[in-house]
Amino acid sequence: MTASYAALVEADRVHTRLYTDPAIFDDEIDRIFSRTWVWVAHESELPKPGDYITSWVGKQPVIVNRDKAGTIRVMLNRCRHRGATICEKNKGNAPGFVCPYHAWTYAQDGSLKGLPLPKGYKAFDKADYGLINLRVETYNGLIFATMQEDIQPLEDHLGRARPWIDLFMKQGGGYPVKVLGEHSFTFPGNWKIQLENTTDAYHFPVVHKSFLSSLDGDTEQLFSFMKAGGYVEDLGNGHSVMVMIPDLVDLEANLDEPIPERFSDLAEELRKDHDEDAVRRIIRAVTGTGFNVNLFPNLACSMAFFRVLRPLSVEETEVRHIAIGMDGGPTAANRARIRLHEHFQGPMGFGTPDDAEAWERVQRGAQAGEDAMWIMLNRGEDKTTTNAGDVTSETGMRAAYQMWKRMMTA
Amino acid sequence: MNHDLAKAAEFIWLEADLLDHRDYQAWLALWDPEGLYVIPTDANAVEFEDSVNYAYDNAAMRDMRVRRLTSGESMSAAHAATTVRTVSRFRLLDSDEAGVVTLRCAQHLVEYKFGKHRTYSANVDWTLRSEGDGLRIVRKVVRLANAGDPLAGITFLP
Repeated sequence: MTASYAALVEADRVHTRLYTDPAIFDDEIDRIFSRTWVWVAHESELPKPGDYITSWVGKQPVIVNRDKAGTIRVMLNRCRHRGATICEKNKGNAPGFVCPYHAWTYAQDGSLKGLPLPKGYKAFDKADYGLINLRVETYNGLIFATMQEDIQPLEDHLGRARPWIDLFMKQGGGYPVKVLGEHSFTFPGNWKIQLENTTDAYHFPVVHKSFLSSLDGDTEQLFSFMKAGGYVEDLGNGHSVMVMIPDLVDLEANLDEPIPERFSDLAEELRKDHDEDAVRRIIRAVTGTGFNVNLFPNLACSMAFFRVLRPLSVEETEVRHIAIGMDGGPTAANRARIRLHEHFQGPMGFGTPDDAEAWERVQRGAQAGEDAMWIMLNRGEDKTTTNAGDVTSETGMRAAYQMWKRMMTA
Repeated sequence: MNHDLAKAAEFIWLEADLLDHRDYQAWLALWDPEGLYVIPTDANAVEFEDSVNYAYDNAAMRDMRVRRLTSGESMSAAHAATTVRTVSRFRLLDSDEAGVVTLRCAQHLVEYKFGKHRTYSANVDWTLRSEGDGLRIVRKVVRLANAGDPLAGITFLP
């Protein structure tokens, strides 16, 4: 199959089978999700020793926790005895984990602490039966894990995406970025349809017309970014950035510009406890950034939230939209961010259900001409040192699929 | 049935009927102008304002939501699911002399879209206020049994 994968991805198109072939999906889990850095959590979800969340690396359930020494760990959520999951809660704080089946007990670092009736085993060394710890590295609060001990360090993998992640985190407005809550939903379609979408500005005025209509004039203007000078840039390793609103690339720039009318009440509220510089910084942060950074294969830092995908099957994908705000920041500002998040995101948002419907329609339509037809990614020119690019270019998708090809044929 | 409860139940059945038949303008008229329509992401939530909800709608958001569902601009709303809901198990929790009643009930909602049925079960909390001979909704909180789980797009009002 390896040889033929090369033939399924061309520079400007990919074969429809990438959405529909279950054998390709199985290989993607092995060759991509088990062989690269996969995003699992944000550090703010684990502020204290013992805090944990459950997450996934590809199809494998994992526990992400902070042990008593403060080290962040990602461990397979599977008892070493007979394989039961040892944690079924989404999040919590635990001194360790006890398997519900035969009460094998693990410490926060995954080491096996004890088991009932140990004399029933001959020559048993608990050190051989700890939870499987994955390799973990973090960048600016983002926690990634990998099944592979020998791949490049996370910082090298992120490469030219790192400065964009740094810019994205400026929406803490002077405070650390904190997860405030999330929506999740599934759609009956292939995971790569979602991956493409976060770098697809072309769909926005079409699919999200009802969202745009619900905004006040100035905000509608802001989100009508087809001709605002944006662009898409290939950042290497399958990552890309789509800049929709160039004015909102650096949230710490242009702080002396007038505060938009829609935030005047919030600004007034903030002035009670903050000086004018801080007010402007926080208001800029509430707005969110004007770009999406797509990190191959499963995370997008998208304007004002994290969008995380999880492949469930060749035609089923889970998507999480994680709201972020200011850790220790003003309540009014975080509320404003939450309300903005709810407005667009989630199963009842003014944006998400239309995206989900479009993606479902892609999967349904892709059943036609499956053997002979291609998905077209040939729109627009790439941003380079000599080309300004175009916000509707399908550059980010081309970048992601070239990485897909590299990994699937490796 | 207690008079307050009977009156509230009749009102809630009307609300359910209006939503299933997408008579959204009549539905909007059932609300107190200060009313709040909340669908939390945590079925046990006691606080909503500082949490991420599926919906946290004041009057302006309700108006915008109805416009979105009826404008034809949203492709998911243009193919909106058919819904059939049953509301029962009413329990009066409180009623005061000013005519404010709080109660809760069970809601079973079945949606049908693209050849698939989906069920949404919920406990619904209500605060209703008397106005003239009728009632107005001060607060409706829909606590979905599967709140927090990955849901599909919801193209109706639960």
